[in-house]
Amino acid sequence: MTLPESRRIGLRFENIDKRYGGLFALRRVSLEIAPGECVALAGRNGSGKTTLLRIAARLVRPSAGKLTFSPTHTEASPAAMTAGFVAHATMVYDELTAEENLLLFARLLAIAKPAERVEKLLRDVGLLERRDSLVRTFSRGMRQRVAIARALLHEPAVLLLDEPSTGLDPQGVNWLAETLWRLHGSGCTILMSLHGESEISALATRGIRLDAGSVAADSQTGGSLRSILTFASA
Amino acid sequence: MSLFSNASVLLGKELRTEFRSRELLTTTVVFILMVVVLFSFTFDPTREESRRFGPGLLWLAFLFAASLMLQPGFLREQTNDTLSALRLSVSDPFAIFLSKLCANTLFLLITELLLLPVFAVLYNVPLFGVVPQLALVLFLGSLGLSVTGTTLSAISAQARMRELLLPLLLLPLLTPLLIASTEATAALFAENPTLRWDWLAFLIAFDVIFLTAVWLFGEYLLEE
Repeated sequence: MTLPESRRIGLRFENIDKRYGGLFALRRVSLEIAPGECVALAGRNGSGKTTLLRIAARLVRPSAGKLTFSPTHTEASPAAMTAGFVAHATMVYDELTAEENLLLFARLLAIAKPAERVEKLLRDVGLLERRDSLVRTFSRGMRQRVAIARALLHEPAVLLLDEPSTGLDPQGVNWLAETLWRLHGSGCTILMSLHGESEISALATRGIRLDAGSVAADSQTGGSLRSILTFASA
Repeated sequence: MSLFSNASVLLGKELRTEFRSRELLTTTVVFILMVVVLFSFTFDPTREESRRFGPGLLWLAFLFAASLMLQPGFLREQTNDTLSALRLSVSDPFAIFLSKLCANTLFLLITELLLLPVFAVLYNVPLFGVVPQLALVLFLGSLGLSVTGTTLSAISAQARMRELLLPLLLLPLLTPLLIASTEATAALFAENPTLRWDWLAFLIAFDVIFLTAVWLFGEYLLEE
């Protein structure tokens, strides 16, 4: 599926600060991410990648600055800006089965024919045969697959991924890379935090390195994408 | 999707997870049954004493049940950061609160339903003639317990020392509600049972005020 131009969304972070008490998680971060871009965020632990992603998902309110959405650059989020978000935590219920979890979120997102959509995603992530198993019986990698399936349920126009390959086996990483490649090709805007180079980082069209809450390097304004990603993992 | 559709989907999830694990209901029912039975054997009250002290004891037991039951409501959502997933999925964050409120009220009413016959037998308090009136008082009181408890559970879930914080915040706020509920129940347990509309009006006002406040400011409760 290709997203129509009207559904493609870009993000603009303007002088974003985020403080937790006296500690700055982000300090005057300004970035513009064009609709359909695939951006890799790199940086050491605690550099602010997760906070930036959570602000982009509108789960965290910035202490200063603003986040707007293009093409109109309005602060009010467009209806289509229900981002798909894969976080460190799986964001699914251990006490529900894989199918129950996905059906729950599909119904909340008002997806047409939720059962069909859930079955397709379960097949895509290779968990169709375990659809009736409780998530708490799954391995970390299987839980991550359910988490990714949850984020993709509504074919989001913006996908935010926080170290998405965590726990995935090599086949899982390949599947994720293929899926992200397809989504990027369809016009989906992708912002993902990564550690080092991988099949997934190869998809990125732009790299941004954060250091102590500030943008330290951006491949759009200087520096190669590879050097930005590898510096962070060094 | 509307607020009520989202809330009903989430309520279904709350009921499914609880009836699957029965963690909350089992522990709470066992705990408050023990409280009521222990009080009965310790004080061995006469029928007159039961009429005087029974309503207070009953609402104290319900308070214990509520403080046990309400804590995990939002705490469970922290485990896998499912609260964030819900916030990303619902059109109105109040739906999350509303579903928890409905589930908590329902679980509290189930607990009360199981406790009342035991209380009536052990304390020799006849309830048959006042069942509809008592149900009304219990519903309004339980709704008040749940509204305040669910709100404070949402606040305390993100705090350190959360296990201490909820009872500390809950008890002072619930004092007026507990007084009104106890007085309304005592009037029903009297020799000539009456439904005290003044206390009922107080309970309705308490519920409406807290529910409106949460509806207005609920979005901020769920923020990180």
